[in-house]
Amino acid sequence: MAKIKYHILCCGGTGCHASKSDVIMSRFNEVINEKGLTSDAKVVATGCFGFCEQGPIVKILPDNTFYTRVTPEDVEEIINEHIIKGRKVTRLLYTDPAKNEHIEDSKHMNFYKKQIRIALRNCGFIDPENINEYIAREGYEALSKVLGEMTPQQAIEEVKLSGLRGRGGGGFPTGLKWEFASKYQADQKYVVCNADEGDPGAFMDRSILEGDPHSVLEAMEICGYCIGATKGLIYIRAEYPLAIHRLKVAIKQAREVGLLGKDILGTGFDFDVELRYGAGAFVCGEETALIHSMEGHRGEPTVKPPFPAESGYLKKPSNVNNVETFANIPVIFNKGANWFNKIGTERSKGTKVFALAGKINNVGLIEVPMGTTLREVIYEIGGGIKGGKKFKAVQTGGPSGGCLTEKHLDVPIEYDTLIAAGSMMGSGGMIVMDEDNCMVSVAKFYLEFTVEESCGKCTPCRIGNKRLHEILDKITKGHGTMEDLDKLKNLSQVIKDTALCGLGQTSPNPVLSTIDNFWDEYVEHVTVKKCRAGVCTSMLKFVIDPEVCIGCTLCARNCPVNAITGERKSPHQINQDICIKCGTCKEKCKFGAISIK
Amino acid sequence: MANIKLAEDKLKALIEVCKSFNNEKGELINVLHKAQEIFGYLPAEVQEVVAHELNVSVATVYGVVSFYSFFTMKPKGENPISVCLGTACYVRGAEKVLEEIKKVAKVEVGETTPDGKFSLACLRCVGACGLAPVLMIGQKVYGRVAPEKVNEILAEY
Ligand SMILES: Cc1cc2nc3c(=O)[nH]c(=O)nc-3n(C[C@H](O)[C@H](O)[C@H](O)COP(=O)(O)O)c2cc1C
Ligand code: SF4
Ligand code: SF4
Repeated sequence: MAKIKYHILCCGGTGCHASKSDVIMSRFNEVINEKGLTSDAKVVATGCFGFCEQGPIVKILPDNTFYTRVTPEDVEEIINEHIIKGRKVTRLLYTDPAKNEHIEDSKHMNFYKKQIRIALRNCGFIDPENINEYIAREGYEALSKVLGEMTPQQAIEEVKLSGLRGRGGGGFPTGLKWEFASKYQADQKYVVCNADEGDPGAFMDRSILEGDPHSVLEAMEICGYCIGATKGLIYIRAEYPLAIHRLKVAIKQAREVGLLGKDILGTGFDFDVELRYGAGAFVCGEETALIHSMEGHRGEPTVKPPFPAESGYLKKPSNVNNVETFANIPVIFNKGANWFNKIGTERSKGTKVFALAGKINNVGLIEVPMGTTLREVIYEIGGGIKGGKKFKAVQTGGPSGGCLTEKHLDVPIEYDTLIAAGSMMGSGGMIVMDEDNCMVSVAKFYLEFTVEESCGKCTPCRIGNKRLHEILDKITKGHGTMEDLDKLKNLSQVIKDTALCGLGQTSPNPVLSTIDNFWDEYVEHVTVKKCRAGVCTSMLKFVIDPEVCIGCTLCARNCPVNAITGERKSPHQINQDICIKCGTCKEKCKFGAISIK
Repeated sequence: MANIKLAEDKLKALIEVCKSFNNEKGELINVLHKAQEIFGYLPAEVQEVVAHELNVSVATVYGVVSFYSFFTMKPKGENPISVCLGTACYVRGAEKVLEEIKKVAKVEVGETTPDGKFSLACLRCVGACGLAPVLMIGQKVYGRVAPEKVNEILAEY
């Protein structure tokens, strides 16, 4: 068969899927068939390209053309111009917002320039539902090397040498963790993959599983060989149907070719993987809770020790790692620990994947070497703040993390520096906020989450967080006092010191970090009852400028609670006691007489 | 709660599901996932059957059902609306979208309209943060939803 000239890669990740990428793909196939181009062009459904902001994305190889916000109606033109005539469809090319230039080759996009893709190496390049495409990109070579040439101890040493630390939030050295698990003797051990991804606003792990499921399976097998386990379990959120589907396909294909199951690669090593479904509880991301949930119980955490390495799933030694941690493993063996440990910084090796979201131009999935600064991520990769607004804060670490500000922008991204700055690496959520976000409300948002997600087992977390939330609510409603701010600080400290598991111990972080970095804003809320972002509506005051108002009565007729009075043709007034701050009057006034004070 | 009668064929399917998991206690969560697929929700009667089949107490089953937010004990509307309140959607104004839906569809979070047409729920991150704010109706995802677009979207149903 003649070599296919063009590969048309269409993003099949959840984000683009939501904007009809499946329709786009079938349209491509239709047009290719109609025009008899089946030997020239081939459509491939890939995982996420990362540049979700501009989705749905279609990338054409070999020339790396990157078409953005493609619609099914654009397909015919792409085929006619690009595939048949070899001319790019300029209007669909990505435009560099700074230079206002079309970029023809994705390698030249700022979004990709600063990135190094290790965990995401295959996402957006291969068809995740075809094991051969994974194999063609060094897939399962690491496994074959480990099984064929290394003893478990040697392989563990290699992981230790790489300096890889857990990407699920804690940052524990992965090689060391494997070594612990390998030391315990038992008739059965387990390798567990934590794919619970509870941080609301993070989608790294899901994208890896959707875009490159085999990398995780391969790593779990290597881990199994190292610690002496023959069973792997992936605990995945039931809310991730596409990732579940891709994993099922991957497991089935790996079994068919003998890369999972009995006597793998003829080495006598047995290993198989099963899926376990989460059911929407954030605390189940915590490893002891996760194990209880896999056993069919309520997902309540228990005190460590014993660590899972000693007594985990069904009381057997178990090694729990995060999806992204696993995705790094095959590369460490393919390229060598000494290649991997040159990337990053002294104490944080390799790269980290972040789900960059919020008020930023380039929302998407990115992977940067450790040590990259927040400024580089936000301004170079992220393309700066949406709508030319002013940067206010960046939140990392999800509900356990904190908000960093302008003065932290040059902090290099590392486990330890982020903690020193008052936040944490977390699993990879990175949310950018601008001047329109109220920091008290953001703290309240996270507390609302923790209150809902606290498992209720221990009092500081169950009751303490509720109180924190009540105080924050009171402040945003305009009834807060200075004493409330003291209470917030003291109570936060008590919860941190006394809660049983990581959820409770970190839940006050969003409060403490916003108090630290945005103290003025808190004080404004409680003293002058002002929310500078205009988010806390109960503090807003709508007023009519008597100089501008011509008395047309339009606002009064539209006010849902009849708060506006006045004679026709003379200035109207708003009764503040009745006003519910709905903003209707301001929208309706054609003369701009109504403003927010 | 008024007793409801479970449809014969669905009941049979449920018992089959329990059997396919060897009636193992440890498979409770997997069984409940399947049960919710069959019935759409998990009323007390379904929980009783599961408890009986897996030989655990009804309290254990209830404990698990009430712990996990994915499980619901109330039937959903014909068109279940879910508004994403993940952080990315929150900072891009998802709350305003939620308020608008409550107004337009006349339904509160966790409730179903009297005619059974819509039910409303919040969820945490569907993972389409690039499209924030996001809402789902059934399996269909709507991205970049402005409060002004809510009326138009709901009118499709
Ligand atoms: C409240 C809480 C939630 C967590 N959620 C997750 C999660 O969603 N995904 C994850 O991989 N780890 C999560 N963790 C961390 C896990 O307990 C565990 O440390 C991790 O899975 C270990 O893998 P790693 O060493 O590869 O990071 C969470 C921890 C806590 C305390
Ligand atoms: S800290 Fe919170 S989530 Fe953790 S065990 Fe206590 S109540 Fe449960
Ligand atoms: S709509 Fe504007 S101009 Fe008309 S009465 Fe109200 S404030 Fe005055």
